[in-house]
Amino acid sequence: MQLVLEKRAERSGTIALVSPLIAIGLTVVTMVILFAILGKNPLLALHAYFIAPLTDGYSLQEIAVKATPLVMIAIGLSLCYLANAWNIGAEGQFLIGAVAGSWIAVKTQGTDAGAWVLPAMLVLAAAAGALYALIPAICKVKFGASEILTSLMLVYVADLFLDYLVRGPWRDPNGFNFPTTAEFDPVATVPLLIEGGRLHLGSIIALLVVAAAAILLGRTIKGFEIRVVGAAPRAARFGGFNANQLIILTFAISGALAGLAGIIEVAGPVGHLQPGISPGYGFTAIIVAFLGRLNPLGILIAGLFLALTFIGGEQAQIAMKIPLDVTKVFQGILLFYVLACDSLILYRFKLSFPNRQVASGTH
Amino acid sequence: MLDSTPDGLNSGESPLLRTIGLTKRYGDFLANDSIDIDIWPGEIHALLGENGAGKSTLVKAIYGLIQPSAGEIRWQGRRILLSGPSEARGLGIGMVFQHFSLFDNLTVAENVALGLDGRESFKDMSARLEQVSEAYGLPLDPKREVWQLSVGERQRIEIVRALMQDPKFLILDEPTAVLTPKEADQLFVVLERLKAEGRAILYISHKLEEVKRLCDTATILRGGRKVETCNPRRETAASLARMMVGGEIKEVKAASGRTTTVPRLVVNDLSLAPSEPHGVRLEHISFELKGGEILGIAGVAGNGQEELFAALSGERSSKDPGTVVIEGIAAGHLSITQRRRLGAAFVPEERLGHGTAPRMKLSENALLTGHAASGMVHRGFINTAATLKTVDRATETFDVRKAKRDPEAASLSGGNLQKFIVGREILRNPAVLVVSQPTWGVDAGAAAVIRQALLDLATAGAAVLVTSQDLDELAEITDRIAVMFHGKLSAPLATREATRENLGLLMGGSSLEPKEVAHAIGA
Repeated sequence: MQLVLEKRAERSGTIALVSPLIAIGLTVVTMVILFAILGKNPLLALHAYFIAPLTDGYSLQEIAVKATPLVMIAIGLSLCYLANAWNIGAEGQFLIGAVAGSWIAVKTQGTDAGAWVLPAMLVLAAAAGALYALIPAICKVKFGASEILTSLMLVYVADLFLDYLVRGPWRDPNGFNFPTTAEFDPVATVPLLIEGGRLHLGSIIALLVVAAAAILLGRTIKGFEIRVVGAAPRAARFGGFNANQLIILTFAISGALAGLAGIIEVAGPVGHLQPGISPGYGFTAIIVAFLGRLNPLGILIAGLFLALTFIGGEQAQIAMKIPLDVTKVFQGILLFYVLACDSLILYRFKLSFPNRQVASGTH
Repeated sequence: MLDSTPDGLNSGESPLLRTIGLTKRYGDFLANDSIDIDIWPGEIHALLGENGAGKSTLVKAIYGLIQPSAGEIRWQGRRILLSGPSEARGLGIGMVFQHFSLFDNLTVAENVALGLDGRESFKDMSARLEQVSEAYGLPLDPKREVWQLSVGERQRIEIVRALMQDPKFLILDEPTAVLTPKEADQLFVVLERLKAEGRAILYISHKLEEVKRLCDTATILRGGRKVETCNPRRETAASLARMMVGGEIKEVKAASGRTTTVPRLVVNDLSLAPSEPHGVRLEHISFELKGGEILGIAGVAGNGQEELFAALSGERSSKDPGTVVIEGIAAGHLSITQRRRLGAAFVPEERLGHGTAPRMKLSENALLTGHAASGMVHRGFINTAATLKTVDRATETFDVRKAKRDPEAASLSGGNLQKFIVGREILRNPAVLVVSQPTWGVDAGAAAVIRQALLDLATAGAAVLVTSQDLDELAEITDRIAVMFHGKLSAPLATREATRENLGLLMGGSSLEPKEVAHAIGA
């Protein structure tokens, strides 16, 4: 008796929906083993991770706040990945967006500039993120440079550039030498949805982005081009679709969304520019994109789930002294299982019983 | 040694290889349904059947590439279970595949060495390679790199590699599909010689005349089952075809008195450097194709047909607009979408991955080429109803059989997918249709439908360019035939006057003597 992977005639729609759930299940099982090895009670740890954050209003808002950048970035990444363009540098585009938007906030600080400040910050951040993402895209198209490497390396450039600004020219003179800008003025801040709460306008923007992506991919010829170029490049060329143009386009959209997410994070929950504004949103969004099956609605759900692990991780650290890095372990294992379970969409397991009664004539 | 009779062949009453109730199941699909076949020493045994009849599955099981789900294989009377091809080779079973597994940048000898299981030194092996290739009249220079060789020479490597293992039983999968008529004749001489040495040959083909000429026995498969084992010399090509297809094949009828009109596709001195290493350079190609006319391009694969298709379709555009003229408009510099808007339509050779995106629905594949015109896109938004309507119309007009209304392209059989692709283009009423290998790997029923559609399109006034390796097909539907060789295109011959001999000469790179006349093909 042996277990074989057998190709399906047509991709299974059911498995496409169920496979992320199987992956989550397997991840939880692995985590239980890991918690046991760490000497923590697995049931309590799982409760702290997945149940406790859902039981109070503050944590629920915080999940939505954390999910906002994850979803926005992941939507952009999913367009790239569908088109077979591998943008790994969303973290850098996020930081550059935050820097560019903050420039307006810093320069208008203390002046009585009007309501144009926030919209201008959002537009500039999106533009800067897009331009930053175009560097690897153009290197790819013109010189054949691997966009995986170049986009990833540009993350560190952006990170150090931000660090330089807040330690040097943009440092708050009244900030006791901490590497941070001054708190942004109210006109340079993303408004809250509920007075005294945490939920802000950025979450609404994220929902609009999800809806726009769903329409783009499902209803428009441009979305179709993106999908064909990734799924069957030669057929796409036969269809008259220009792969290079689509690499440029998807990188630009994805950079713009990451940059937008960056400024919303800085002008929203954080309130000023400082190092460490992102706990790795740009990288976690890669997991969100795949867990959501590169589908806008799936990404929305996956973004909320990954946000839950961030909040749960913090709570587990406080309540049970489980290191915060375990959250990253969790996310890594999850991505591994998601990609593994994807093979079940095109293949299925089958037990086979070859008739092995007679030994081979040779040897 | 090769020139002595391999021992154990004349063991009298039991066949060399026998399958009993051999069955192979893929999921719910029975690729082979309890097949019994006997192969005797010293016979050339044809395995006939349409694509999808189960020929490849059967020989893969015999060669140990797949394990049967039920039934048994006996070798010289003993039951065997093969866990892989090297075990099959150990017994004396050799195979020459239709698609070669050769490394372009390695020499002939290096390629042969990679495919052998033995432990002899490279030098000994090279010497033996030369010896074997000479002994069988299959000349090969062991030091040449494969990319420099013609397709026929590449096939020789595969055959010599198989012969170096001194097989008692050799399987050949559609060996003449890639050969010129002359090269095929040379191959038949080699096969007759192997037979005389007492070796058995299983010869997979769907060329009936060839089988009648060469084979002693024929086993016909249809839909995974054995239909008949017979002596092909006592059958007619028509009776063999009936057994393969399971019914009469609809004959293609050309409407008589097609009239040609204005030139719709003109190619002027088109030259194009290859886009990839070892590609073929197109050199000074010129022809003119009028409405109502079908021009065939014959030639052995790999002589620039793919490059010509890319240049005509606009997948590769040229700097000089005048090289390709569609409907009187210089189009050499235009993209494929712009050429479609001028009224051109294209059907590439490869169905999955080129003509269609395999994992996308038929409606999306209708959009793939239909977006250029025909109201499928409005202000950037897709009109799903229009794409589905194209699927329905193609299904109805060209009898596309599928499990549901809008399945993925990859789930259709080759013939049905090809009918969909041809239908998709014809429904756009093109002025010019460029089609490559329209019936390659397609069952006879679907092939007849497709050829008829091409004829009808020409009758309706379109210009049709058909590239094919199948001379019978070109004889059946074209008005003129030109031959492609090393990136050059010969002057077209009128199909009525073209003979198999002079087309064969052109396919081999010779030029024609002006006075050559022989019996016309297809007559």
